[in-house]
Amino acid sequence: MYESLLHTTDKYNLVAGFAVIGVTMWFSYWISGRFTKGRIHGSAIAILLGLTMAYFGGAFTGGEKGVVDIPLLSGIGLLGGSMLRDFAIVATGFGVNIDELKRAGMTGVIALVMGIFSSFFAGVAVAMAFGYTDAVSLTTIGAGTVTYIVGPVTGAALGASSEVMALSIAAGLVKSILVMIATPFVAPMIGLNSPRTAVIFGGLMGTSSGVAAGLAATDPKLVPYGCLTAAFYTALGCLLGPSILFIMMRAIAG
Amino acid sequence: MIIYGVTLLSVCTLTGITAGKILGTLIGVPANVGGVGIAMILLILAGSYLSKRGLIDMKTEQGVEFWSAIYIPVVVAMAAKQNVMGALTGGPMAITAGIAAVACGFALVPMLARIGADKAEENEKNASPATSA
Repeated sequence: MYESLLHTTDKYNLVAGFAVIGVTMWFSYWISGRFTKGRIHGSAIAILLGLTMAYFGGAFTGGEKGVVDIPLLSGIGLLGGSMLRDFAIVATGFGVNIDELKRAGMTGVIALVMGIFSSFFAGVAVAMAFGYTDAVSLTTIGAGTVTYIVGPVTGAALGASSEVMALSIAAGLVKSILVMIATPFVAPMIGLNSPRTAVIFGGLMGTSSGVAAGLAATDPKLVPYGCLTAAFYTALGCLLGPSILFIMMRAIAG
Repeated sequence: MIIYGVTLLSVCTLTGITAGKILGTLIGVPANVGGVGIAMILLILAGSYLSKRGLIDMKTEQGVEFWSAIYIPVVVAMAAKQNVMGALTGGPMAITAGIAAVACGFALVPMLARIGADKAEENEKNASPATSA
């Protein structure tokens, strides 16, 4: 029986993904309404549940793709993969107000640059506290804190050791997951409630997946604004990491 | 027809991602430079242009809206395929670095919002006498 079930979910993987995620959503909204009176958004619970499932997926299979490594659930990989994610994010742009976007434009650019610098130096400071002193390792770890793509890209360009590269990826992963979880709770404290602040938030945090999920759990209307600036973050980080940021670190660390 | 909306969305997505890739190659960055952002702007511009000319009916709109609505489930699926295990076993340094970066980001949101707000107000003040004159 398991064999035929496995065969079906393998062949109809995207459909299986819709079924599993749909049930997860229903369950999350039920918990949200029943136990928190809607105070914690259903989608925030769903994302948290997704992350928890990903943890157990990784713990049981030893793989790197969360629940996707469990054969029955491989369809979630397609549903949550970059193709459908980007397709759906672009679709949210349909409801964007152009005037709101124009008003936030310049602040968004400032947020992008400040976001990369603040994440980078936060990472560098922590790496220094943990005893790293050479410019290459410090830059790589700082870059990984920017996003988990900027880390290895920078590390490869500078010739960092694979241990440092792995650390930089882990730092980026922690950032991305933390943004997903914490955003809905922190949002009221930092005034994240308008298209303009969402543009700023997207530029400051930058991790596409973190921003996408964090805003979805806060207020789905804000998603396109944040994702629009976040879309430029990783690329800008890849540009600055091995160049300006490394030169700065070499000047500081020698 | 619904497929027209889905097609509009597909064409914008593909064009944006391709433009981002080309831009990345041109400036020598091994990443997609704002592909999703470019695609979004294309969709916003194309959408408003077409609807002004009355070329988008409700069915066409539904083709885009379905995908915009399916966005949260997609994000949940994305969360479920993250390497959470890897993040947690990355050691105390990786975890501290991640936390520090997120804390900085959150703290900067209200600060930047204030800078922008002042400017926006100033612009409005500057703009209003000009328009009245």
